[in-house]
Amino acid sequence: MSGDHSTYNPTTGFGKWMDSRLPLMRLTHDSFVSYPVPRNLNYAYTFGAILSMMLVVQLLTGIVLAMHYAASTGIAFNSVEHIMRDVNFGWLLRYMHANGASFFFVAVYLHIARGMYYGSYKAPREVLWILGVVILLLMMATAFMGYVLPWGQMSFWGATVITGFFTAFPGIGETIQQFLLGGFAVDNATLNRFYSLHYLLPFMIAGVVVLHVWALHVTGQTNPTGIEIKSKTDTVQFTPYATIKDGLATSVFLLVFCWFVFYMPNFLGHADNYIQANSLKTPAHIVPEWYFLPFYAILRAITFSIGPIDSKLGGVLAMFGSIAVLFLLPWLDTSKVRSAVYRPWYKLFFWLFVANAIFLGWLGAKPAEGTYTTLAQISTLFYFAFFLVILPVLGLIETPRRLPNSITEAVLAKRSGSGGSKPAAAAASPETRG
Amino acid sequence: MTANDASGEPTRRDFLYIATGMAGVVGAATAVWPFIDQMAPDASTLAASSIEVNVASLEPGMSLTVKWRGKPVFIRNRTDKEIEEAKAVALDDLKDPLARNANLQAGAEATDIDRSAGEGNENWLVMIGVCTHLGCIPLGQAGDFGGWFCPCHGSHYDTAGRIRKGPAPENMAVPLFSFTSDTVIKIG
Repeated sequence: MSGDHSTYNPTTGFGKWMDSRLPLMRLTHDSFVSYPVPRNLNYAYTFGAILSMMLVVQLLTGIVLAMHYAASTGIAFNSVEHIMRDVNFGWLLRYMHANGASFFFVAVYLHIARGMYYGSYKAPREVLWILGVVILLLMMATAFMGYVLPWGQMSFWGATVITGFFTAFPGIGETIQQFLLGGFAVDNATLNRFYSLHYLLPFMIAGVVVLHVWALHVTGQTNPTGIEIKSKTDTVQFTPYATIKDGLATSVFLLVFCWFVFYMPNFLGHADNYIQANSLKTPAHIVPEWYFLPFYAILRAITFSIGPIDSKLGGVLAMFGSIAVLFLLPWLDTSKVRSAVYRPWYKLFFWLFVANAIFLGWLGAKPAEGTYTTLAQISTLFYFAFFLVILPVLGLIETPRRLPNSITEAVLAKRSGSGGSKPAAAAASPETRG
Repeated sequence: MTANDASGEPTRRDFLYIATGMAGVVGAATAVWPFIDQMAPDASTLAASSIEVNVASLEPGMSLTVKWRGKPVFIRNRTDKEIEEAKAVALDDLKDPLARNANLQAGAEATDIDRSAGEGNENWLVMIGVCTHLGCIPLGQAGDFGGWFCPCHGSHYDTAGRIRKGPAPENMAVPLFSFTSDTVIKIG
């Protein structure tokens, strides 16, 4: 969005010289200083900034951990303990990295939930949304491969189970799995390639993040009303308004992060991963990291065959499908109204969806038997029904509440509503109608 | 653009464009191949391997787990009770009706005799101890059918290693093996 409305004015001689050769400062200024953002953004809109920060935290801690880690089945486990005990501040860097992965997912799930609640994925932001789902997939791949590197029991068996997904595909499945593993079982070849890819993928994430932000700056941000920006009074400058808000949210997020890093660094991990990988002994309970649990529950919920698709392939398809369906979300939601604020029924189903996703996560941590399996099947059904039935139908039958004419009107109405004295129209200054 | 306007026929230049483009595509594909093919199992992993296991010390009811091709192989000297239980199962009750026994023809049925080491050696069960669901190692003498139970996703196998309940699609695989003497089994 730079160029046409640019307000950048280089003042120094060097600034002017540079601006006519490589207008990097102009791009930065137009994107992060003068860039107009809706004036009614709330704290749900700060997770983009938090995620950017977490990506940097993971990259920095990861790069320095790589200086002390050794990817070989014989010494990988011990090199992680070496980081914890011998390397200066190694314990801190590793705990930041391990908990950083969890907090990255906390932030991304809240970011996605915000997008779903306020209908951020709707036209013209479909590509923006799809790029976000691509980032989510890359994050999942990165987190999974990173978890293998400490070469503990959960590392090994998690890798075995997840690469085992591919054997579900008839005919070529075994070949694909051997191709991924570089052998017939998870072994040294697997560890080495996962290390290489775990180092590569975050930079690919960074690349897609650039595209994601670019797409965001082409369409502009959504806001809690879901109404597009219509006039200058609907917006404020990115800096200082959004910058400071993002800064405060980031600080609070970091406080919670630090609480985990310093006071309960292993709370989100699994004790079995402090046992070195043993290819002849499966732990009694294999559970993935918490952020994969809902998908794990969906995988295990399919215990029955559907026609030619056996239960194993069915589970894998359902699990991949639970992410793939996100790509289609912009077209599955048929409602013209973006924000759940004005969609009473959607709001209800959205919160049911959130509760259901958390419930699936809880089920994913339980053993796959008896009632748990039945409950997981019901939950999985609701997960898919939300996207494939409820969203398309709701858009056709739901009567949305009346939308305000503009962001400004919505903001002022809310303000006078809480004050209780001035009517909205009187509070609105004339130029807001422009 | 480059077609001969008068005749509408492709020109020699058209041919050169297409030929150059195709050569470029083939060249690129050739260059990419080594980067893909290096992912496949390497020569040391593929090197044919077979192991010999002495099972003289295994009394009925005892098992041994050996590692073959990076995977565990269960060798179990089954008790009479276990054999009886496995024989009593009707083939219709099985989720996977095939023996999955590399020593037999592909279509062999999953009868107890075809799962075991065969006539005279029915007490011996040799199979790759990897759950056919997602590759975990099942726990022995556990589960609803007294055979094996996979703790990962709840697959139950019976005393002949046949899948009976849970998400696993197939019976545990029986590898190529033979008795080289009364007490030595050669796997692979």
